[in-house]
Amino acid sequence: MSTSNSGASIRRREFVARLLSACPQSLVIAGLGSSAYDLFAAGDRHENFYLWGAMGGAAVMGLGLAIAQPTRSVLVITGDGEQLMGLGALATVGSQQPANLSIVVLDNGHFGETGMQASHTSLGTQLAEVARSCGIADSTRIHALDEVDALAARVNAREACLFAQVHVLDEELPRALPLRDGVHMKNRFREALGLPTF
Amino acid sequence: MTQDTEKPPAWQEDIYLALKAAGVKQVAYVPDAGHAHVIRRVHADPDMRAIVLTTEEEGVATCCGAWLGGERSVLLMQSSGVGNCINMLSLIQNCRFPFLTLVTMRGEWAEFNPWQVPMSKATQGSLELMGVTVVRASQPESAGETVRAALDSTFVSGEPMAVLLSQSLIGRKQWVKN
Repeated sequence: MSTSNSGASIRRREFVARLLSACPQSLVIAGLGSSAYDLFAAGDRHENFYLWGAMGGAAVMGLGLAIAQPTRSVLVITGDGEQLMGLGALATVGSQQPANLSIVVLDNGHFGETGMQASHTSLGTQLAEVARSCGIADSTRIHALDEVDALAARVNAREACLFAQVHVLDEELPRALPLRDGVHMKNRFREALGLPTF
Repeated sequence: MTQDTEKPPAWQEDIYLALKAAGVKQVAYVPDAGHAHVIRRVHADPDMRAIVLTTEEEGVATCCGAWLGGERSVLLMQSSGVGNCINMLSLIQNCRFPFLTLVTMRGEWAEFNPWQVPMSKATQGSLELMGVTVVRASQPESAGETVRAALDSTFVSGEPMAVLLSQSLIGRKQWVKN
């Protein structure tokens, strides 16, 4: 069985930190677990929304946001397990394709939060191919850290909806715990966009 | 129901007009015959975005994303879809997102398909267990006003709301063509 992340060399925290540093204007939704920790470790900002649940919902939450904010780059950063729970979301994104939406899946081939059990991407599922088959033509696999700059340029360009499957090491890192108060996160995110609470 | 060829019921147009008047921009849906007219109208409206879903829970998340970005959104589904949304509704409760779903009921009135019944019976309870306030429209003349009131409760008062549209309002589904 092919393992899509075998031979992965990318350190996830470094990748996310470099991506955020190159995309300082982007609005970011992070899927639950390690992806949210990676985003927080890169530096908290009001334009970050960290999910602690709603598994499978990160990409579609990004979709609603991207449609509402067409002049901003919207970045979804999530893990293979989170995306696998919402595979249908890739079809929904594929049917809409807002040019300002980028979905970046940090694929370590495992469910990191629950004991590093192998996920489907270690057992044959090729996420970038799924995304491409859902109509997201700009679907790529990233194997090297230095590809982050080209990815950031595409995120910032807002010329096409894109999907990137980033093959990261299955390292277990210390947790970097972001805020968990959803009401606060929602309100500060909207405030950063000049929007009232409701 | 053969709404593709017949004039749609006025209450369905009333619902579309209520969404339009409230400034709803994104309409996420899993189709149902009772929503067919609204879905057609939204697709034809250049100021609204229709988002077809593979499963209803996606729409809970798109509505939250839309709100984060400053747009009003609603989710259209049938009663069976409520069951698919349960965990995703944590997002609504934790973050107190304004949320409105319009739910066409199956399995409660002149139902042909028994597989619709269990989730139908659990629809209102499931929503309420997850913190969503449920109201119901059963008369054609009150459907529009019920939706207008729910839009206010949602977007003016910040309340998570569901409007159940009774199966008797929607009518019998024709299983065998005459």
